[in-house]
Amino acid sequence: MKAFSALLTSLIYTRSRNDKIDLLARYLHDTPDPDRGWALAALTGGLDFPAVKSAAIRKMVEERVDPVLFALSRDYVGDTAETASLLWPGASAPEPAPSLSEAVAALGAMTRASVGQDLAALLDRLDENGRFALLKMATGGMRIGISARLAKLAFAQAFGVDIGEVEEMWHVLTPPYAALFDWAARNEAKPDTNALPVYRPFMLAVPLEGRMLTLADFAVEWKWDGIRVQIVHAAGETRLYSRGGDDITHGFPEITGDFHYPAVLDGELLVRGSHQGGAEGGAASFNALQQRLGRKTVPARMLEDYPAFVRLYDVLVDGDEDMRPLPWAARRLRLEQVVERLPADRFDLSALIEAEDFDGFALLRDSARDAAIEGLMLKRRDSPYVGGRRTGLWYKWKRDPLTADCVLMYAQRGSGKRSSFYSDYTFGCWTAPPEEGGEIVPVGKAYSGFTDEELRWLDSFVRKNTVGRFGSVREVAKTLVLEVAFDSIHASKRHKSGLAMRFPRIARIRRDKPASEATQLSEMLALVI
Amino acid sequence: MAGPSWITPLADGLYLPGCDVWIDPAHAVGRALVTHGHADHARGGHGELFATRETAAIMALRYGAPATVHEVALREPIALGDGVTATFFPAGHVLGSAQILLERGGERIVVTGDYKRRHDPTCLPFEPVACDILITEATFGLPVFVHPPIEDELARLLDARARHPDRCVLVGAYALGKAQRLIAELRRGGYDRPVFLHGALTRMCELYAAFGVDLGMLENVEGKSKADLAGQIILCPPSALKDRWSRRMPDPITAMASGWMRVRQRAVQRNVELPLVISDHADWKELTGTITELAPAEIWVTHGREDALVHWCRTRQLRARALDLVGYEDEDD
Repeated sequence: MKAFSALLTSLIYTRSRNDKIDLLARYLHDTPDPDRGWALAALTGGLDFPAVKSAAIRKMVEERVDPVLFALSRDYVGDTAETASLLWPGASAPEPAPSLSEAVAALGAMTRASVGQDLAALLDRLDENGRFALLKMATGGMRIGISARLAKLAFAQAFGVDIGEVEEMWHVLTPPYAALFDWAARNEAKPDTNALPVYRPFMLAVPLEGRMLTLADFAVEWKWDGIRVQIVHAAGETRLYSRGGDDITHGFPEITGDFHYPAVLDGELLVRGSHQGGAEGGAASFNALQQRLGRKTVPARMLEDYPAFVRLYDVLVDGDEDMRPLPWAARRLRLEQVVERLPADRFDLSALIEAEDFDGFALLRDSARDAAIEGLMLKRRDSPYVGGRRTGLWYKWKRDPLTADCVLMYAQRGSGKRSSFYSDYTFGCWTAPPEEGGEIVPVGKAYSGFTDEELRWLDSFVRKNTVGRFGSVREVAKTLVLEVAFDSIHASKRHKSGLAMRFPRIARIRRDKPASEATQLSEMLALVI
Repeated sequence: MAGPSWITPLADGLYLPGCDVWIDPAHAVGRALVTHGHADHARGGHGELFATRETAAIMALRYGAPATVHEVALREPIALGDGVTATFFPAGHVLGSAQILLERGGERIVVTGDYKRRHDPTCLPFEPVACDILITEATFGLPVFVHPPIEDELARLLDARARHPDRCVLVGAYALGKAQRLIAELRRGGYDRPVFLHGALTRMCELYAAFGVDLGMLENVEGKSKADLAGQIILCPPSALKDRWSRRMPDPITAMASGWMRVRQRAVQRNVELPLVISDHADWKELTGTITELAPAEIWVTHGREDALVHWCRTRQLRARALDLVGYEDEDD
């Protein structure tokens, strides 16, 4: 556990991506099995200890520390695991620290009834860094800037193996990945993944800048505002993966239950529904899809109200044939054949769109009022399907954001890298001009878009202009205008205004603008799709 | 809990209406008592200033001399008028830092200013002063803030230096107090190489030396080559860590000496690779320990994480209230 907590501490304070990869590669190279496999799983979110949840940790700490002091500390630190590790009283004569494997075994053996006692006993054996590492590992979500991709790169570097091979195997093996280490570190046979429903790295687009492309070389599609998914069927099993490689099969039974065609397809997961303007059977806004995300089980009502479907972009594997080296145009022809054999209510094809020139496309892009359209995709007709983001092959061309001048109303402290700063802002618009008795009602909440310097300024504004406190929320004097950028706006019950923005972010702080001149609700309603 | 009528906590500082005297006011006033030289407590431009000799010298260095300076001797009462006397006692925070005991008609109020209870070779140690009302700071007033022994933190600094002989360790440290304490503690531990300074730190270090605090050999980084600075410890104000200035250093390991470094994300936010948990403020144990030791009838909390300290007092049946004073917030300390 000592080596792992030292690694974690170093990773947290290391800025450069290459230095992080070096640190992790060195650890993977030098640490014995199975500890290094468990570490890899812990860093990439591959561990799950059902009995050890934030609530259980809170309860355990509150038996030892005043709950009010714990809550205030948690609010300040911005992280339950770190707060608990700092506040833990510790044992007077601790037993020796457990190894990482021992700790993983102990966490796995805990039940809801035993966690209070067993986890406490484990914490008593560790120092502050060890406690932090243990609690982070136990609850998942390390938030230390190690993506699965970076971990795989480190693995490839540690043993001099190919990153593509590592990525394909990753998703079929389970922690502590004995077969992966046997192959990479001990030259043993490569685990056979061909016949298994594995994840393939997604091909990603780069933002289009300027108009220097030869349009004739490119096919153009809508950029749909859902989530990118990969659907895989092999060896009698179907899996649905998100862009990051998370297995979301069980969240969408209506998609995966109906898919028995041996292939790997790439598409956009969308929701069809009358709730959000999809009455004609089209795709609903991202808002509707959000109802379905992050669920492990799906109530029948959800399936009825927010039925999901996949709008297909590409085919990576068809039967035994790896299509990825073929040009996009050939894959597209194949995809058009494949889609014929799939249930039409669950799968359709992303249409190609035509225009004379960039101006024509720009016009189409900006006049597309469909809530589920984010912009356009430009794909080189001869591009193979390659994982990751490659310049020159695929481009995304997003619609310009909408903006509104809103008034800051409430602020809350953030977590992670914004911990202890007031960085989550709720803002509002006028119901009517202020001189006619209008009031400000909330229209959205944003926690990004500002620079570090602006964040410090906003934080100090909040502190100096607090007029009320509700738990961790501060109400501020309604004087500061924020220019908010957002992709679209929809009817919603989330805010008192009846509106919700898609991807709102703070575009500018308008210290020059009086609050009385902020946007009116009627102007916002005119933007609703 | 209004408190006695002869002292009024106002947004800009503590005010004694009967004798028209302010304590650590946030704006220029006619008569001010100042606990110590940090900018959030010591503003320039007061008509009459009451402060220790060291604090007065620090303020003169920063703002030029005020109209009238009363250099206050420790432990000697001064009559302020309206029957109020003020007596300064050491606070252990930085050179010249003081607590102020205010007395009137048998009532005793102690204003701690900023303080700590740990050993500090650059200033006199905190002296507990019995009182009816304790007006305390609470900068680190959360139980997560427990400052480790300074020896442990300096050992990590020296270890980083030793492991990277071709790099330098660049330590962000508050220009008044933190920088000098760090140097003095390094000297106490036997570190006898020159310590290199950012230009903004030299005058304050010279002032400390003039008051008899031995800081050993100090050199300005100005005009030094990367080769001169490899393997050295360099001190700079926290704001210079991310400044263009730091690019002249040989591949610096960015360190910061501050009590806030106890929280990982605070270090990450400032791009600090080597967080050193070193503070000149009382940590949670010192804050609560001091209250327990003095057992005042009432506790007023001036600035910092006041909610938690007030709650702690109340769970121990102590009368406590938070004063909402503006302007006291020391992000770099």
